[in-house]
Amino acid sequence: MKLSLDFIVKWKAILFALMGSVAIIMIPQSAPAEYADVVINNYADAAGMRPAVFPHWYHRIRFRCKVCHADLGFKFKAGGNKITMAKIIDGQFCGACHNGEISWSVENCGMCHSGIPGTPTQIHGSTIQKLVAPQYKALSDKKRVQ
Amino acid sequence: MTIIKILPLKQVPSKLAVIALICLFAIVSNVNAAETGATKKSMKLKPVQGQSDKVSKANVFNRLLKKDKNKNAPPAEDGIHDPANEGSHVLQPPKVAYVGLPTTEFGNYVDWVQALQKGYLKPRYDRMDPKVEPLVMDLDIVRPVKASMPDVVFPHKPHTQWLHCSNCHPKIFIPQKGANQINMAAIMLGEKCGVCHGKVSFPITTKSCKKCHSKPKPKNWKPPLSQASVKNPWR
Ligand code: HEC
Ligand code: HEC
Ligand code: HEC
Ligand code: HEC
Ligand code: HEC
Ligand code: HEC
Repeated sequence: MKLSLDFIVKWKAILFALMGSVAIIMIPQSAPAEYADVVINNYADAAGMRPAVFPHWYHRIRFRCKVCHADLGFKFKAGGNKITMAKIIDGQFCGACHNGEISWSVENCGMCHSGIPGTPTQIHGSTIQKLVAPQYKALSDKKRVQ
Repeated sequence: MTIIKILPLKQVPSKLAVIALICLFAIVSNVNAAETGATKKSMKLKPVQGQSDKVSKANVFNRLLKKDKNKNAPPAEDGIHDPANEGSHVLQPPKVAYVGLPTTEFGNYVDWVQALQKGYLKPRYDRMDPKVEPLVMDLDIVRPVKASMPDVVFPHKPHTQWLHCSNCHPKIFIPQKGANQINMAAIMLGEKCGVCHGKVSFPITTKSCKKCHSKPKPKNWKPPLSQASVKNPWR
């Protein structure tokens, strides 16, 4: 049988294919990640890095919201701060602390760039993400009056 | 057999074969993904007592409800962190950090306000100096609610323990009682209180309503009756 012979020759290819497909199946359909984890992926994917993941729970044990959102000027919007590595090494955003003095420094790429490639920018576990149907939109007053 | 002769596998580049197989599996697995997680899970379950095998898979008990199966999952298993990245395994699992903190039934499953007020946490108010004390203001603002829900009490105290006045005033709220129009729809869409609640501070779920709707209505309160009638439906 030619077929089975060919398959034995191509066992490597088949193994790879199987591994690939198992990986695809394993990607969970609804992620159980911690509430308020922020995935930041404006540029990372395009630059060949994993998206950055910012854990709110971990930081709020150490800092109050005021430190980041008032003093350091982080806007209340996932992906809204247009963070780049150039800004970070200049001491802005994450770089205000991840500088080797307050926290470990920037060379630990994999600590921040830990997201699954392709995960879009989001604040994980938000109420909007959990709604079964698209959010309710209030009737504008005009429509209501008629 | 004829197919094998027409398509000699030796000549098909192995890369192509890999791609073809991956595509096939991807299609197969996507068909599964199109169904809800609940459906998938139920297919593995044996029929419940008293329910016959003939009940269609479309009629599973929970078609839409998804339960948080793996609360406070460690980073490498949470579906967002890449387990192939070594750093993901160095990150702290939330459960390790939450030991001993007061709990709730939503969000991080931690009562952050109690944890702070009872001294289980000591987050810095200043980036560098751990001794800086927050500027706390104890002022409750009651917002009467037209509907049957208890009235909303906005407490400045827990907010100013975490946040700065400028986080809310004047961009989100004009600092004047009753000057802001707030309703539940706006909150769910991420405006007003929803800028934080439902994203980082505790979320909007059945179990959290009473955190905000905390002032019971007077005993004799009755919900206003609708003025709509068949003849005049919009009034
Ligand atoms: C403190 C956390 C942190 C560390 C450590 C870190 N990064 Fe980043 N990095 C970020 C964030 C946040 C972004 C913005 C992501 C986005 O919007 O896509 C980013 C963006 C990037 C980008 C794309 C944007 C740009 O600036 O070109 C690259 C490439 C990048 N990082 C590489 C690295 C490399 C290489 C290292 C290790 C030397 C590293 N990063 C370490 C947080 C970090
Ligand atoms: C260590 C810094 C830090 C601390 C402390 C912190 N945050 Fe954040 N917050 C961030 C970063 C970073 C982002 C994402 C910004 C981005 O993607 O550009 C963010 C985003 C947000 C968002 C935007 C979500 C969205 O997409 O709409 C909200 C709301 C928020 N934080 C609230 C809070 C609250 C409330 C606290 C206090 C309990 C807090 N944060 C503490 C750094 C911090
Ligand atoms: C206000 C200071 C501050 C800012 C701003 C900040 N961090 Fe951190 N971060 C810390 C400190 C402190 C730690 C703990 C360091 C340690 O354990 O030594 C930490 C730890 C972390 C960790 C590791 C968590 C773990 O499980 O060990 C990650 C990931 C992280 N930060 C990502 C980020 C990213 C991404 C940003 C920017 C979007 C950022 N941080 C901005 C102070 C900050
Ligand atoms: C989490 C958001 C938030 C923060 C932080 C916050 N406030 Fe307010 N504040 C509100 C809301 C909501 C109202 C009620 C507005 C309304 O009823 O329309 C209010 C009302 C007020 C009022 C009007 C009270 C009245 O009786 O008319 C004052 C004054 C005020 N805030 C001052 C402050 C000061 C000072 C700080 C900082 C110490 C502060 N607020 C921090 C959300 C906030
Ligand atoms: C700028 C962010 C922000 C906004 C806007 C905001 N909150 Fe909060 N709120 C917080 C944070 C942070 C906490 C601390 C608890 C937590 O994170 O879960 C909190 C806690 C609370 C608590 C719980 C107090 C307790 O004792 O447990 C109530 C009630 C509350 N908020 C009501 C409101 C209402 C009502 C509004 C809108 C008028 C509002 N908040 C707007 C950030 C905010
Ligand atoms: C973050 C605080 C907060 C939470 C949590 C919350 N509400 Fe509200 N709710 C408000 C505020 C503020 C208003 C507006 C009150 C007013 O008219 O000034 C409101 C108004 C309402 C109204 C009146 C109609 C309207 O849209 O104005 C209803 C009904 C209501 N809420 C139901 C709920 C239910 C049900 C839940 C739980 C799923 C809930 N709320 C959770 C803050 C909250």
